[in-house]
Amino acid sequence: MNKHVKPAENQATDLSRRSFLVGTSAAAGLALGYSAVPGLLGADQALAAPSKFDPSVWYSIAPDGLVTVTCGKADMGQHIASTMAQIVCEELGANWKDMRVQLASNDPKFNDPVLGAQITGGSWSTMMNFDAMSRAGAAGRIALTEAASAAMGVPAGELVVRDSTISHPKSKKQMSFADVVKSGKATKTFTPDELKAIKLKTPDQYTMIGVSVPQLDIPSKTNGTAKYGIDVMLPGMAYGKVVTPPVRYGATVKSVDDSAAKKVPGFIKAIALDDKTGSTTGWVVAVANTYANAAKAAEALKITYDNGPNAKLSSESLLAEAKRLQALDDSGQFFVKDGDTAAALGTAAKVMEAEYTTNINIHAPLEPMNATAEFKGDILHIYSGNQFATRTGAIAAGAAGIDPKFVVMHQMWLGGGFGRRLDADMMVPAVQAAKAVGKPVKVIYSRENDMTMDYSRPLTYQKVKAGLDGDGKLVALNHDVVSAWPTARWGIPDFLSPSVDKKGPLDAFTVNGADFFYSVPNHNVRAIKNEMAHNATPSGQLRSVAPGWTFWAVESMIDELAHASGKDPALYRIAMLDGKGKNDGGAQKLRNTLLAAMGMAGYGTVKLPKGEGMGVACVSSQERATASWTACVAHVAVAPSGEVKVKKLTVATDVGMQVHPDNIRAQVEGAALWGLSLAMYEKATLKDGGIEQTNFDTYTPLRMSQMPEVAVNVIANGDKPTGVGEPAVTVVAPAIGNAIFNACGARVRALPITAEAVKAGMKA
Amino acid sequence: MPNLNINGRNMSVEAANDTPLLWVIREQLQMTGTKFGCGAGLCGACTVHLNGEAVRSCQTLLGDAVGKKITTIEGLSPKGDHPLQKAWILEQVPQCGYCQSGQIMQAASLLAKNSNPTKEEVVAHMDGNLCRCMTYSRIQKAIMRAAADMRTASNAGTERRPT
Repeated sequence: MNKHVKPAENQATDLSRRSFLVGTSAAAGLALGYSAVPGLLGADQALAAPSKFDPSVWYSIAPDGLVTVTCGKADMGQHIASTMAQIVCEELGANWKDMRVQLASNDPKFNDPVLGAQITGGSWSTMMNFDAMSRAGAAGRIALTEAASAAMGVPAGELVVRDSTISHPKSKKQMSFADVVKSGKATKTFTPDELKAIKLKTPDQYTMIGVSVPQLDIPSKTNGTAKYGIDVMLPGMAYGKVVTPPVRYGATVKSVDDSAAKKVPGFIKAIALDDKTGSTTGWVVAVANTYANAAKAAEALKITYDNGPNAKLSSESLLAEAKRLQALDDSGQFFVKDGDTAAALGTAAKVMEAEYTTNINIHAPLEPMNATAEFKGDILHIYSGNQFATRTGAIAAGAAGIDPKFVVMHQMWLGGGFGRRLDADMMVPAVQAAKAVGKPVKVIYSRENDMTMDYSRPLTYQKVKAGLDGDGKLVALNHDVVSAWPTARWGIPDFLSPSVDKKGPLDAFTVNGADFFYSVPNHNVRAIKNEMAHNATPSGQLRSVAPGWTFWAVESMIDELAHASGKDPALYRIAMLDGKGKNDGGAQKLRNTLLAAMGMAGYGTVKLPKGEGMGVACVSSQERATASWTACVAHVAVAPSGEVKVKKLTVATDVGMQVHPDNIRAQVEGAALWGLSLAMYEKATLKDGGIEQTNFDTYTPLRMSQMPEVAVNVIANGDKPTGVGEPAVTVVAPAIGNAIFNACGARVRALPITAEAVKAGMKA
Repeated sequence: MPNLNINGRNMSVEAANDTPLLWVIREQLQMTGTKFGCGAGLCGACTVHLNGEAVRSCQTLLGDAVGKKITTIEGLSPKGDHPLQKAWILEQVPQCGYCQSGQIMQAASLLAKNSNPTKEEVVAHMDGNLCRCMTYSRIQKAIMRAAADMRTASNAGTERRPT
């Protein structure tokens, strides 16, 4: 929180007063790379700290010895808060039983140390916070040890720290962390250079990293006590239900007749949003004393709309536009331009082309979007579970017409995120309703609002053209990717990437993955923005983002090329993962995970019955610079009707280092099942400018009865930890498509895969 | 004012009889462990027990719950230590956790009648409960573990049926 903001009364989640350091420079040191830390450590705040020792902004140790880690990342089920605590705990030397977690406010001091903002995504959190959390833990251990050394009168170098206790084996003296904190002597501070110089443990010294400790958030998620955004209750609060227009984007409200709504008991007011942030168009929020009454009032409102410029658009028109754009030579910008594909295609022995598509997909986290807004003095308080507090605070401010520095966002547990909660649209109705009725308002989307107003995974169209030499070796690849640009919509230049043909920035979050680790001498990747789709279906980041479609195309096409060359698709891949040049390191890791998955699945060693097949895929999701190495062997059975049954998914993933092996397995399995769900069961469509699917009867994520066997093999050779929440999503669809081909000869190129498409492919 | 018997207590609430029970529980009684997911009985996040039967509280009208015994996740066990809750922790089931109250309540209604379910019976009973994090395999394992614990505790059901 900024300095001039006076702390309000109820400060359960506002940490500005207690999270600064005894001895100020340590916080500044730990805050290297953060934008707004100086100024937080005012003299008034320094004096306000009694006997509490706060080793860093990231955790504090109370006089009772409990260590509370503040997690600046959104916890949407990946247990990142617990993971941060585990990393701190390792270096601090605390007992896991003493560890607690809490969620940060949007105070910039909790910004990600690498990203410089509060944003959670990209499977980045562990890799980007591991060092900072380790150093915070180590700094605390050193400070506690030195204080204990002075108190016990023994050399610090002879002390052993374990299980929240500092002991001196020679004299058998010992002090608990609680004792040291109560003594008030732990006052050591660290300059940034001193922090950098701390020698961290080597992996062979770890006692916590690599151990599947019980996740700290799980008990509260078995007894109903975990508080999500939707559970926030404020005194005097009213409830808001949004009414959203028939079109996804571009509508305006012409008139609101609330005469019938006024007869609903408890109805307070209907507010047509005035959204200068552009997050919403044509929304109205009905406010009442209860949510049930707000829903009734919303139902009773008579609203007329101008449905705007997108009212005639459909999935078909977005796809037709994508094809038109792809056919133009000068559309888009280049993300990859290696060698000379035109020349190489001209001399290739064989040229193959294919189109791959994915339909619109909806996040549909089980907790519908919601936010609670309260104006208190100068401050706008927001309560919500959100993945991008830095931007979301600004959107809330924009909706309120105030400076972002007056917004405090109270982070809650997220009832699923999957990228949906990177967005901030829910702030607008909550803030404007609270402002209009002069009391706190909690706005909850109905499932219908949530689905039809999703910042969806965009409809994508990809065209791939490949040239093979006389030996069937891939010598040239043109890969065009046409989609809405989810990240461009944020309006944050730092999230865009320069194009290699210098035609201005492109949204790499639409093409990541296409810059794969195969050695292909002539390789172009073109990112083309589908402006029509971008406007009609504002898109967002959905779990695994671009690699969720780029690898669908790449890994299907590689398979097609292998078959065309008469080669085993797995061995064809391995030959291209030669680790030459820029691919050195990554390619070999990817090859090894592919081999691991093949071995686990018995690829090529078991004779399968007629109508069954195995298919492989391997991916370097998420970004090339932050890749995990993941391979999958899918085993399917295809009926003559084209019905596909996925019998087993075998996934191998190289994650560098395992902080929490059991959690990695949970994440990889969940991600693989997401991949299956997107490949087979989830499809949204646009008609007359609106999303047609409104609930779980027509938008149908995987259920328990549809779950195949999933085998997960985790490779961890002690490198830096990589991400695990997303990569396995991306590998499954192509593995299934390739397995279907091996089972019945049908090549599918559109997601989701349908029995009709498979059957049609079999005939062809 | 309707009177509700919820988690063994009688509580009067102020709401129209056609109000979904879900919102009465969450807002008036401030028991927020029962979750809103779809409002249409399609996801199971709002599952509670009505006279021991698992029902979707978003589809249950307040008036229809009057005079019946309502149990929510908060009242499933006195200390959050129902065998299912213990198994949920031991198997580390929840990811985001949002659906898990509903999953546990749905599973509890199965085990109350059948402490030795087959895998197929578990799947059939649980298929209406969505988990968007896809923790299904751990949910299955936890139900089987809890069932085994319940059989041991009651010294009954010594024959193990094939799963």
